[in-house]
Amino acid sequence: MSVTLDIRLKRANKVYREGETVAGVILLICKEALQHHGISLSMEGVVNLQLSSKSVGVFEAFYNSVKPIQLISSNIEVAKAGKIPGGKTEIPFEFPLHTKGNKVLYETYHGVFVNIQYSLRCDMKRSLLAKDLSRSCEFIVHCQPQKSKVIPTPVNFTITPDTLQSREKNSLPKFLIRGHLDATNCVISLPLTGEVVVENSDVPIKSIELQLVRVETCGCAEGYARDATEIQNIQIAEGDVCHGLAIPIYMIFPRLFTCPTLETTNFKVGGVI
Amino acid sequence: MAAVQWRSRGRNYDAELQRCGLEAALVDFGDYHPLKPIMVTDTKTRRGTRKGSTSSSSSSSSSAPPDPLSSMLDGTDPLSMFAAASATETPTMSHSSSTGDLGRRKREKEEEAVGPDFEPWSLKRGEILARFTTTEKLSINLFMGSDRGKATSQGSAVSEKVRTRLEELDDLEEGSQRELLNLSQQDYANRIEELNQSLKEAWSSDQKVKALKIVIQCSKLLSDTSVIQFYPSKFVLITDILDTFGRLVYDRIWTMCSDPRPLPDNFTVEDVNDTAKETCLNWFYKIASIRELLPRLYVEAAILKCNRFLNKSAIQETLPRLTAMIRGIGDPLVAAYARAYLCRVGMEVAPHLKESLNRNFFDLLGTFRQISSENVRAQLVLQMVEMPEYLTLYSPAISWILQCIAYRAPESLLTEMMERCKKLGNNALLLNSVMRAFRPEFVAARATDFIGMIKDCDEAGFPKHLLFGSLGRSLASADPPESERLTILNEAWKVITKVRSPQDYINCAEIWVEFTCRHFTKREVNTILADIIKHMTPDRAFEDAYPQLQSVIRKILTYLHDFSVLFSMERFLPFLDMFQKDSVRVEVCKSIMEVFIKHQVELTRDPVILNAMLHICKTMHDSVNALTLEDEKRSLALLIIGFIRMVSFGRDFEQQLSFCVEARATFCNLEPVLVQLIHTVNQLAMETRRVMRGNHSRKTAAFVRACAAYSFITIPSLSSIFSRLSLYLLSGQVALANQCLSQADAFLKAAVSILPEVPRSISVEGKLRSSESFLLDFINSFLATLLVIPDHPEHGVLYLVRGLLNMVQDYTWEDNSDAKVRVYISALPLLAAMSQETYLYSIPKVDSNETLYGGDPKFLSEINKLCETLIGQILDHLKTLGRDEVRTLLI
Repeated sequence: MSVTLDIRLKRANKVYREGETVAGVILLICKEALQHHGISLSMEGVVNLQLSSKSVGVFEAFYNSVKPIQLISSNIEVAKAGKIPGGKTEIPFEFPLHTKGNKVLYETYHGVFVNIQYSLRCDMKRSLLAKDLSRSCEFIVHCQPQKSKVIPTPVNFTITPDTLQSREKNSLPKFLIRGHLDATNCVISLPLTGEVVVENSDVPIKSIELQLVRVETCGCAEGYARDATEIQNIQIAEGDVCHGLAIPIYMIFPRLFTCPTLETTNFKVGGVI
Repeated sequence: MAAVQWRSRGRNYDAELQRCGLEAALVDFGDYHPLKPIMVTDTKTRRGTRKGSTSSSSSSSSSAPPDPLSSMLDGTDPLSMFAAASATETPTMSHSSSTGDLGRRKREKEEEAVGPDFEPWSLKRGEILARFTTTEKLSINLFMGSDRGKATSQGSAVSEKVRTRLEELDDLEEGSQRELLNLSQQDYANRIEELNQSLKEAWSSDQKVKALKIVIQCSKLLSDTSVIQFYPSKFVLITDILDTFGRLVYDRIWTMCSDPRPLPDNFTVEDVNDTAKETCLNWFYKIASIRELLPRLYVEAAILKCNRFLNKSAIQETLPRLTAMIRGIGDPLVAAYARAYLCRVGMEVAPHLKESLNRNFFDLLGTFRQISSENVRAQLVLQMVEMPEYLTLYSPAISWILQCIAYRAPESLLTEMMERCKKLGNNALLLNSVMRAFRPEFVAARATDFIGMIKDCDEAGFPKHLLFGSLGRSLASADPPESERLTILNEAWKVITKVRSPQDYINCAEIWVEFTCRHFTKREVNTILADIIKHMTPDRAFEDAYPQLQSVIRKILTYLHDFSVLFSMERFLPFLDMFQKDSVRVEVCKSIMEVFIKHQVELTRDPVILNAMLHICKTMHDSVNALTLEDEKRSLALLIIGFIRMVSFGRDFEQQLSFCVEARATFCNLEPVLVQLIHTVNQLAMETRRVMRGNHSRKTAAFVRACAAYSFITIPSLSSIFSRLSLYLLSGQVALANQCLSQADAFLKAAVSILPEVPRSISVEGKLRSSESFLLDFINSFLATLLVIPDHPEHGVLYLVRGLLNMVQDYTWEDNSDAKVRVYISALPLLAAMSQETYLYSIPKVDSNETLYGGDPKFLSEINKLCETLIGQILDHLKTLGRDEVRTLLI
């Protein structure tokens, strides 16, 4: 006798904001009537922290892993012990997305050392002979859109051999690259835009790439651990591009791996020459 | 058995005719008649229109009777339906999967939305593939190697390790035996096609990630410009894959939204459900995170259409962004083609967004100096490609972009474009593309300007003859102002005639021939022909230029239909002499003949035409040899026959006859032609008779005898026995009608004498068939003619009839066949008719046996004796038949 248990959220994109209601159905499909000892549904939001082995020792990293911080948790009983008729059964449910006390609902984020995850879990208890069934489903929490309008502050930059923090400054060929970013504080849902102009370069350019870097900071017993890792690397120019021509900078932030509030994001334009 | 005296019954044909004559009974409208179409018509309306008529359900309205075959099927018949369906599918490549076809059809529909006057990409596609080929081996590069590993591996199941292993193996092979890994152009195309297939497979087996990987790998190939001559073709092949991918994604999202009912064609964002939107967004996010620039650009362009599901203005926003992105591509060739692809997709999805097209073009102009950059030069030196050749590689891309821009663009925009091109140092490459892409009318109106600009161009880089070629192409389809035409031609030809390489020269000259033919007289065409001959004759340069020379002829023939003018050009025949390869020459002659037959309406006796045509026909005829196919012979013969039919010397019959004599000598190898000649001569004889109203003078009598003689000596050279027989009979009849008794006699005698040669089986349409029925038919009509043939005074009574019957008796008929007896049976009516006092029919001015013998009893008894013998034979046969039956019964 096979049973399938599934959680279906109403929203196709599974994105919810604070204060909204997570709604959906628990879907049960079985051929015959099914005896069970109760179905329960729980919602959980957890921050997982993991220390980097670089900043603290390997063992410390293993032992000192910080306790997960619970952001939200609630549990309801969907059905008392009883019988479910054969066929397709849909049990609707709703969870309000509210925090308790002074906790903040952070955005969903999957990083290397920090993970913020929200999930729904449905359990069905059954008699001794049959295994309990369980199913979990992740949903995504986004912050409320910023209410105050951010005034974009464009920033200009210039790259020459002198501006680089490199040891072999003298061995580098001469070049001059100018450009600007349209804003330093970006709205996460909108792409990063800007332009870069190769004014001159002694050596033909092979490629210009745009690197998105995240900085994660974890607090632990011995202070803070701070790590920078690459999220995404995008090539914006290939080959020896036309000098003096503005090349667009354009990057869509990968939503799962970046988040605006908790961590600071840092952008670096790297020209590989 | 008691002997029965058989004799023929006397008959009065006139009385019989009157008695038997049917009364001409008119069939009433309402009456039933089997030949009338049975149609149920609305009787009410009928009654209203025609009162008092006894109209019933069947009517005799004059409308065409319904064809029972077509009425069986309602609508179109299945065969033509299939044909129509396949016709829409075939133009693109042969690969077809159901989804692909669906998408293609859909896409075609949309291309139509652009307008039928927009030359679709599918046409360009083939052209580019045919034009940009390479004999050089395409070295397989690392990309391809790794790509292949991924494509053939089962999804992402193969671990990274194994994949790198495979790559290493590939590398090793490349290092040790480079030639083995080198791919010919065909191999390369096949490999790409394989990828296309595996893309579809991956898609249908729900491996979307693998599909995306294949597409990314493919578009990566486009950044590789080794074997640069092949780049345009490579672009075509790979964009095919991208198109497939774009369609697959679009169709999938489309089906996701059409759950309850399919989306209308002009759906809006509101009609799209959330799941579909989410899937669509995911695609875009995934693509946005592709690391390399080129794949990101191409793949996003490929699924540009999917933006329709997300946002009304999304396409409008995406196009300029992608356009700007192309600026990041360093290699000018790669960038130009990326622009071409973007323009193509843009035209397909949103033809109204002209702005980004223009933007693309201006960016292209902006980066134009890249072409002469150090990098490119170094690459060209490495690949040993000349600058002019390199520049031509750009032309498909730039032409396409310009074509998109110029499509239904206002005049002012085109002028602006031209100005911009001018500013850019009058670059020849651009000029060339402008002339090709802009409306011919636009170019033609400014032809003089263009010539000026072409002259100003620097010769280095882009050869001028190509520019004049493009100009000529525009002028061929649109007319420049009348007053400028001659100067244009003079200016252009001044340059063309200086082109040194014969190949370049003829390529250009061929195009200008059309312009010349359109607007000028034979004098100018003649001059041009003379110039072409002058250029192409040294070193037998024409041998390499047959296609172009053929096209020159074709163009002249499209515009010059008056053959007397055509052949009076003194350079035309010398021009034909340049076709020295047999197959090509015959081809050319055939095309001339086809045009002649189609357009020469009046019969002709013009000696110029006749001489030239005879020459051409002789060339065709002389090409026939033992290896010539039957079909080829037939088509040649048909063309020559067509010519012979067009020849008429009016009343000058003798001239016509001598023409036939000459033609017979010339075309002796083609039997159908000889048959036609015999028919022509026979017709000539009958024509003479008609002119003389049946009374031949001495001169005309001699002439018709000459005609008979012509036929008599021509017929034996035919190999087909039945055409010989029927021609003998026909010529005999003609001779008889012209009172040439001895000639008629000779014809018929000849026919009888070759009867034994008739084989028992002949091949009809490639199958062996018994000749019996043909022979019986012939003998019957022969017998009918024999009634009016007067007996020869020196031979016995009924000499020919006896001769025929003897032949029939000696002929080896098939076993167990009744044929012989059938002939006997049909001979009986003849004999009976011969014994009448007046014959059923006769030939004017020829005395038949009825008058010769005047019912002589001796003659009649001869006939009776003959009849008796025949009847005896018939009865004997019947007896054996009866015996056979008894025997079979006993057994």
